[in-house]
Amino acid sequence: MPNENKQINHVAMVGDRTIPPKDARFIEIYIMGQRYKVPETLTILKAMEYVGYQFKRSCGCRGGICGACGTFYRILGDHSIYTGLACQTVVEPGMILAQSPFFPPNRADHIGILDSKMPPDEHIATLYPEIFRCVGCGTCTRTCPMGIDVMNYIALFKRGDVLGGAKESFDCIMCGLCVVRCPANITQMKVGLAGRRIAAAQLIPRSEVTKKRAEQVRAGRYETMLAELGQMDREKLKEIYTSREREPNLSGPGEWMPKDQSHL
Amino acid sequence: MSDGYTPEMLELIKRVEASRPQRLAQARAGNDFPAMSLEQRKEVLNQFHPDYTTEGRRVLGIGPNKEEVLPEELVDLLESRSIIESVNPDLSKPDMETDVLVIGGGGAGTAAALTAMQEGCKVIMATKLRQGDSNTVMAEGGIQAADQEPDSPYYHYLDVIGGGHFTNTHELVAAMANDAPMIMEWLESLGVMFDKHPDGRMKVRHGGGTCRKRMHSAGDMTGAEIMRVLRDETRNHNEQIKLLAFSPAIELLLDNEGKCAGVILHNMETRTYLVVKAKTVIIATGGTGRLHYRGFACTNHYGATGDGLVMAYRAGAKLCFMDSVQYHPTGTSYPEQNVGLLVTEKVRGLGAQLTNIEGNQFVFPLEPRDVESAAIIRECLGLEKGITTPTGRPGVWLDSPMIDLLHGEGTVKRELPAKHIQFKRFGIDIAKYPMLVYPTLHYQNGGIQIDEQSGTDIPNLFAAGETTGGVHGRNRLMGNSLLDILVFGRRAGKAAAKAVKAGIKQGTLSLDHLTQYGQTLSETGLDRGVKSPMILPNYAIDEVNRRRWDVKSPII
Repeated sequence: MPNENKQINHVAMVGDRTIPPKDARFIEIYIMGQRYKVPETLTILKAMEYVGYQFKRSCGCRGGICGACGTFYRILGDHSIYTGLACQTVVEPGMILAQSPFFPPNRADHIGILDSKMPPDEHIATLYPEIFRCVGCGTCTRTCPMGIDVMNYIALFKRGDVLGGAKESFDCIMCGLCVVRCPANITQMKVGLAGRRIAAAQLIPRSEVTKKRAEQVRAGRYETMLAELGQMDREKLKEIYTSREREPNLSGPGEWMPKDQSHL
Repeated sequence: MSDGYTPEMLELIKRVEASRPQRLAQARAGNDFPAMSLEQRKEVLNQFHPDYTTEGRRVLGIGPNKEEVLPEELVDLLESRSIIESVNPDLSKPDMETDVLVIGGGGAGTAAALTAMQEGCKVIMATKLRQGDSNTVMAEGGIQAADQEPDSPYYHYLDVIGGGHFTNTHELVAAMANDAPMIMEWLESLGVMFDKHPDGRMKVRHGGGTCRKRMHSAGDMTGAEIMRVLRDETRNHNEQIKLLAFSPAIELLLDNEGKCAGVILHNMETRTYLVVKAKTVIIATGGTGRLHYRGFACTNHYGATGDGLVMAYRAGAKLCFMDSVQYHPTGTSYPEQNVGLLVTEKVRGLGAQLTNIEGNQFVFPLEPRDVESAAIIRECLGLEKGITTPTGRPGVWLDSPMIDLLHGEGTVKRELPAKHIQFKRFGIDIAKYPMLVYPTLHYQNGGIQIDEQSGTDIPNLFAAGETTGGVHGRNRLMGNSLLDILVFGRRAGKAAAKAVKAGIKQGTLSLDHLTQYGQTLSETGLDRGVKSPMILPNYAIDEVNRRRWDVKSPII
């Protein structure tokens, strides 16, 4: 088997470490005000690691879902403040960047939130009365790296549409960039979270089939069946495994039932 | 949009485009590329799957798993001295005391903390980064639970054990399948917004290797939704669950009878240690993707460095299945910014085929994950028909434009919105141009050996989640990791609380096990000056590392 290529590829495989191409162009960026040269096309996260930063804060999933790496930046000669996730934003020449490693967000005491008899809309208004101080500037929406219309979901909660606010805020990764920028000191991400939990627990019907199955499990219905599988020799187990009926891809909820119903 | 590709790559893409009409016609006629026979599967796995080859592995020379052949990067960490040895911490006056100490703030750790709290225990949760910084938040696809009428834990069990090639630990699989409906009920009661039908029934789909539809989801961010709700719930109980963030555990404390009795934490901001005495300890530190076995990129979060494995091993806990790793067949190989990021199985499910540098298809797109990965590695390293990126990374084409051609314009954008944006950001429209992919480290199948109550070999030490092994055997099915972490997180919390309530007598705190471990390393000539746990990966380039004072000890 020819493996010359293998060697080359193996050397090139260095996990997440950046390998700049031979002809890479370098650009100047400013990290916390300090000038560095980095290969273009890197994300902010990888550019900072490239020059030697080892993150403790401001780095999490590295894939745009955990919200750890919220970053503020300006571009030389441009007065605007921009925001983005360091793991998802590519460096630009003249970028002056700083990360937001921590911010003290207001979190109302939520204990008992899900069992409360208070109507959901009143509940949100009681927990976070500051939403009524929203000035409608839209900075939160412009700041959001997930493209959520943040101002709109706050407006929905203000109007008492808790389910609407819950759905509209669903994609929130809780990076808190909107919170840092809000002139009314609203903690949008916490309002959305409280709203989603209340909506899911009180406004959306619970799953009856799930409840029923959980009760069957608690009553010990499956213990003997599972114990028998544990006693079975491997060949018999393989036989049962390969002969199990497969639910069709396109069957509707609760429509299809297997021929063998002895182990349901 | 294609300016994300170099002119050389665009030239190569023309070959994929040239073969596309014929491949499309075949796909429409239902003529798939032939799937491999069991013999062919065996052959490609034996030759090219990293788990089956001897390259990059060596014999572990110390501890309960001595003589096992494991990935070198892991052996390096296990055959190393503790970073705390040189500090010689004062154990006589613990800084804090608690009933239950949970190490790790991902899904497993948080579920454990909540459960122990509900059982009336005082809990401290120590986490390396923020609570929720974990692989849990990155789980997109869903969580399995047999709650629908045609399904039951019996069939869930069969799917799990068949998917794991019948190597799984029976008791763990039975526990997981049986608890699953109760986990869903629990999550629902906490206010997790699952995808539902109007009457409240949860929407379910098939996953790879399931015989019944039992994949529950919350958009394409199921893990993130579960995590943010569980985290929020722990914040409701700040008094009973004390959170210490940016404070990774670095060693376990034993008492003079060998029972687990606490931990040494490391405050990363002040660079000081903290001695915590605990009646019980739960390890929930997650996986090891960031060890980058054999240089593979990974889909894991930043903190997945296997710290819990190292400290448990030094304390004498046995590991299992540590030679088994799940490589996801399609990790991103290009552009460099996206390297390692997961390209979901759904892309192939929708009809995208894999082709080599000549534009030829070389494998059935939906082989089991391990077989598919091995076939891609064979194409690149064995047959030299892979594509090399400008940075030297290998890859094959994943012909995503087929999706719109098969299902109609706009399908890619609608079904894969996150992936579409992720590539568009770098000038590549995946609805029009193929993606370059290569297998990526995805999941640690093995880990600390536990029983069905999450107990380890060491009294009063429990473990849960990706840091444990056995439940998935040698291959995990999609949707069972979110379930695993919650089932065994809850069980660990319960078992720890039970032990606390039964009364625990502790002797003098000790780190003698580290001294003994260090001595054995020296005597056997295995000590190569490496120190562990790793805590954080180091991604500085060589030039930076050459100029550094303290490369060998990344943090302290």
